[in-house]
Amino acid sequence: MLTCSDLRKGTKLMIDGEPHVIAQFDFTKPGKGQALYKCKLRNMITGALFDRTYRSGESFEPAALEERDMQYLYQDETGYVFMDQKTYEQTTLAEEALGDQKYFLVDNMEVKILLFGERGIGITLPNFVNLRVTQAEPWVKGDTAAGNNKPATVESGYTLQVPSFVEEGTLIQIDTRTGEYVTRVKE
Amino acid sequence: MNKPNIEGNWALTRKRSRLEQRARIVQSIRSFFVARNYLEVETPHRLPGNAPEAHINAVASDGWFLQTSPELCMKRLLAAGYRQLFQICRCWRERERGSRHLPEFAMLEWYAADCDYRRLMDECEMLLRALVPDENFTYQGENIELSDPFERLTVAQAFERYASLGLAEALATDRFDELLTLEVEPHLGRGRPSFLIEYPAELAALARCHPERPQVAERFELYIAGIELANAFSELTDAEEQRRRFTADEANRRAAGRPPYPMPEKFLAELSAMPEAAGIALGIDRLVMLLTDAATIDEVVAFAPELL
Repeated sequence: MLTCSDLRKGTKLMIDGEPHVIAQFDFTKPGKGQALYKCKLRNMITGALFDRTYRSGESFEPAALEERDMQYLYQDETGYVFMDQKTYEQTTLAEEALGDQKYFLVDNMEVKILLFGERGIGITLPNFVNLRVTQAEPWVKGDTAAGNNKPATVESGYTLQVPSFVEEGTLIQIDTRTGEYVTRVKE
Repeated sequence: MNKPNIEGNWALTRKRSRLEQRARIVQSIRSFFVARNYLEVETPHRLPGNAPEAHINAVASDGWFLQTSPELCMKRLLAAGYRQLFQICRCWRERERGSRHLPEFAMLEWYAADCDYRRLMDECEMLLRALVPDENFTYQGENIELSDPFERLTVAQAFERYASLGLAEALATDRFDELLTLEVEPHLGRGRPSFLIEYPAELAALARCHPERPQVAERFELYIAGIELANAFSELTDAEEQRRRFTADEANRRAAGRPPYPMPEKFLAELSAMPEAAGIALGIDRLVMLLTDAATIDEVVAFAPELL
């Protein structure tokens, strides 16, 4: 069983027999008072989102989901298609099951598919992905203030904040867990 | 996929402006207290035990504990005749981590002899105005006005106004903290700071009870934009009463499986020599969050624990 101190973004819990993932998490407490654990939970089967707040002392059943290594093949009208490279078995995940993770999928990327029974209900991505910037304001020469940032869009359509020196065409590394810029990638 | 970095850690680089503002705020806090004749002190971070509190857990450190607050040492100094004291220090509270919580954080505490919680409220107003000479600032799109007197609201009034249960019922059903956090706090400090005052006596580990109304403690919390910023009270100087409260709180801690604190005998022995006094603890990280318009506490420190 899990306790409140195990709760964080990404923790997977069984609630009423269905796997749920914590999509947003915050710990809060009055300075001298009892702690509260505020969660936004996503039902991993239906995709339904809801808020729930837990108090210290509550316990939770972990959602032990089987993981299988698979490779991302392509997207079509049915969803995102992955293949087990050993058995050549294919699994399709709906767009809703991926959320923002869809922006970090690259052809042939190796991911872990989370299975509930035989059904793929989510994926675990590599921690970092390299994507090329397709749209960004040009670097204003003379803007040398380190720490300045601006929005940029990458090839998958995802938009994020990047340092001002990042330009169109730059290959950048993104942390898939936070969705944030890490560094430029030397080519 | 993991290529070596070819540039500095941008997540750190981009904090520069806030870290510069933070340094200026801390300098201004020092100037404020020095100008008002407060003595800056440093007391040990590692202690045999903290004041027992039901819901604050200390980090163990080689048989002793890291401080959760410098209050016991500060009050021993008061008892020894130091009349106005302040300290800016690190405190540790185990497993407190959220968008407004760091398990290691920066605390400002100040104490004054012949002072009560009402004078501390006035001093909070003066400190905030000294830090924000324009007397107003914007936090997450909300204008916070500092020029007028801050709101003063009793805990009972706040529950009456904002909570789904009255104060007495909330206490009786052990839902006080939950309702305070979820239903009351979001309404406090909106547009101008609020003092939430007169806590129920049972929620006042080291506070003096009101002389005419012993059911409430002379304690307040300062809120701005729904964020709890400071906790203060008129200090309990009755050593017998303080020992009784410590004994009860320590028994509760041990029953909950917490590692035992020794009874702070030196503090208790010196407490009867302490003049009437009041003291306050203010979270510097949250103050910097407010004054630099930062949505999370991570943005105002160079390193949150996850970055280590």
